[in-house]
Amino acid sequence: AYRTDEGQPWVLPVVKKVEQMIANDNSLNHEYLPILGLPEFRANASRIALGDDSPAIKENRIGSVQSLGGTGALRIGAEFLKRWYNGNNNTATPIYISAPSWENHNSVFVDAGFKDIRTYHYWDAAKRGLDLQGLLDDMEKAPEFSIFILHACAHNPTGTDPTPDQWKQIAAVMKRRFLFPFFDSAYQGFASGSLDKDAWAVRYFVSEGFELFCAQSFSKNFGLYNERVGNLTVVGKDADNVQRVLSQMEKIVRTTWSNPPSQGARIVATTLSSPQLFAEWYDNVKTMADRVLLMRSELRSRLESLGTPGTWNHITEQIGMFSFTGLNPKQVEYMIKEKHIYLMASGRINMCGLTTKNLDYVAKSIHEAVTKIQ
Amino acid sequence: SSWWSHVEMGPPDPILGVTEAFKRDTNSKKMNLGVGAYRDDNGKPYVLNCVRKAEAMIASKKMDKEYLPIGGLADFTRASAELALGENSEAFKSGRYVTVQGISGTGSLRIGANFLQRFFKSSRDVYLPKPSWGNHTPIFRDAGLQLQAYRYYDPKTCSLDFSGAMDDISKIPEKSIILLHACAHNPTGVDPRQEQWKEMAAMVKKRNLLVYFDMAYQGFASGDINRDAWAVRYFIEQGINVILSQSYAKNMGLYGERAGAFTVICSDAEEAKRVESQLKILIRPMYSNPPLNGARIASMILNTPDLRKEWLVEVKGMADRIISMRTQLVSNLKKEGSSHNWQHITDQIGMFCFTGLKPEQVERLTKEFSIYMTKDGRISVAGVTSGNVGYLAHAIHQVTK
Repeated sequence: AYRTDEGQPWVLPVVKKVEQMIANDNSLNHEYLPILGLPEFRANASRIALGDDSPAIKENRIGSVQSLGGTGALRIGAEFLKRWYNGNNNTATPIYISAPSWENHNSVFVDAGFKDIRTYHYWDAAKRGLDLQGLLDDMEKAPEFSIFILHACAHNPTGTDPTPDQWKQIAAVMKRRFLFPFFDSAYQGFASGSLDKDAWAVRYFVSEGFELFCAQSFSKNFGLYNERVGNLTVVGKDADNVQRVLSQMEKIVRTTWSNPPSQGARIVATTLSSPQLFAEWYDNVKTMADRVLLMRSELRSRLESLGTPGTWNHITEQIGMFSFTGLNPKQVEYMIKEKHIYLMASGRINMCGLTTKNLDYVAKSIHEAVTKIQ
Repeated sequence: SSWWSHVEMGPPDPILGVTEAFKRDTNSKKMNLGVGAYRDDNGKPYVLNCVRKAEAMIASKKMDKEYLPIGGLADFTRASAELALGENSEAFKSGRYVTVQGISGTGSLRIGANFLQRFFKSSRDVYLPKPSWGNHTPIFRDAGLQLQAYRYYDPKTCSLDFSGAMDDISKIPEKSIILLHACAHNPTGVDPRQEQWKEMAAMVKKRNLLVYFDMAYQGFASGDINRDAWAVRYFIEQGINVILSQSYAKNMGLYGERAGAFTVICSDAEEAKRVESQLKILIRPMYSNPPLNGARIASMILNTPDLRKEWLVEVKGMADRIISMRTQLVSNLKKEGSSHNWQHITDQIGMFCFTGLKPEQVERLTKEFSIYMTKDGRISVAGVTSGNVGYLAHAIHQVTK
């Protein structure tokens, strides 16, 4: 979760404003939303992902399912794929998840019933970057129709994203091999500060004619973590296909949560549909993204001034909330035990935990860990 | 070509689909007696005063929006357990239970169903009363369980087929799962009397069945939260470690906020901890953690003495209006000159009434009078007002005379 420079949670100013508007609106009540969610939320959420000028939206071949956070969107998508993709109830379709990935990805697809979950090469620990060749090789070798979970931006946990050129190569292989793209977009706007930039990969795939799913989360970019605001965007070949897909997703939603929670969706819908509120939101998002970017550059420059062994450009080349520092498990243990700095055994740190007050301490501690422990 | 060419168009949801058809109707006299959402005597949604007050209190506290734990808001889950079990319950006081927050009733039922699929190895069979809420069947099926039934509703008398139910339950294979509606049976409105519940508890114990209570209307049925929870509490007192799903959609009017809870009564607190850990493992890959808003409102109400008192008055008010509409419907039918016995309308309890109308009669009500209900003849009494009860009685008389 995002933290301010004082290390505190941050409720976005635009969210506070909109909540007050909602509270003052006596025409609102707590009635059930439709099964697929609040219509204004669904349309706006998908529009944010695909872009105002998306050909898929213009051609009316997109659908949206309001979901309980990004996790809920992933799960509804997974349950649908289990029933309707590559035949009916074909649990043998391989699911490819990046190595490493958010650990819950695995559980989502296992619990949805898929029997063959595999990893694809992603993180190259030696060069601290993307193992593009390994990734493309895995795609070449994957059985046709395999499903690939792709991080739209700000890869969790490595913070390492393919460049646009690399995405083009990925898309080309996936098209040729009939692989299904299931995007996980949890950080749009939060990663670079630009909604368009962070959605580039998803939009590129759409422009290349792919049918795809995109699980969106508004937990981070709206700071609405506990309201569980998510959306599953479906892009299909035509309106008729999308209609049928949505009707089956309704059945899945009905036995999972019947209909989604209204509060968070209302906040997002109200914000996105007002030009002024949208601008305020964009500004709030940029505030968060900029702080993280600043922490990255400050940490890197300190490590380089200290002469910490190794290269540290990956700190600023990586993007989003997390950074794979490259610290090994022993060095991580040192950080935790000796320096009381908590990070994952993988060496992943949450950049949001850095503040102007602790930057020096963290940099010095990393320096010690790297020089003392091998 | 598309990946989805072979995907069939799903049928509209039988219950929620009724509202959608109603919305499209332009007849000014139209009535929506489909989905179970409470309406005031003007036919309007009712936001409880205690809810508005709780919301104002919450807003003034300026809390953050950090993720809840996977199991939900602790103040909410504890208060939910206490509400269901009673503050004097031995099971509650000893801590030999686990309650997790669920996505209203449906989400709580589904957590339970998934939990049974994974951990209840004695049986794959869930026994539902005939009939039951339409969504029970697909919930358990999607969780990987099988559905069976026990006799419950007697269409000849529009009341409980108690001997049929006892006969069927006596034959359920040991260690199967039986689902019971704690109060205000949906769709029939027919509840067992306390002496009948006692016999059912004894039988269920004899057959060693796992009891799953669905309590979606506590307080809303009789107007008294303790009376409505009587069966649940009685079963537990008899040593039956039930599992339970609760909803705050109706009794607090929190429909779209999705406040609910799933409880497992365990042998002891240590077992409860182990069960809790497994429930969390189930929940995480579904939606990670639950939505805060509804649970926080419910928790504020349950845990603030003044608000709780006010809530009890308001929920009784809703229950009383429903009871009064039942009475008025029967007297209006008599006035219309109907010769049928409509006593079941006032004998039944809760939001719904199984009118006894046949599908053809229901269709006529919809086509000729723009009165919408589910095909099984179930009406949501909450959709009846003093303004339209006459019209409803007239229409029912026309299609049944």
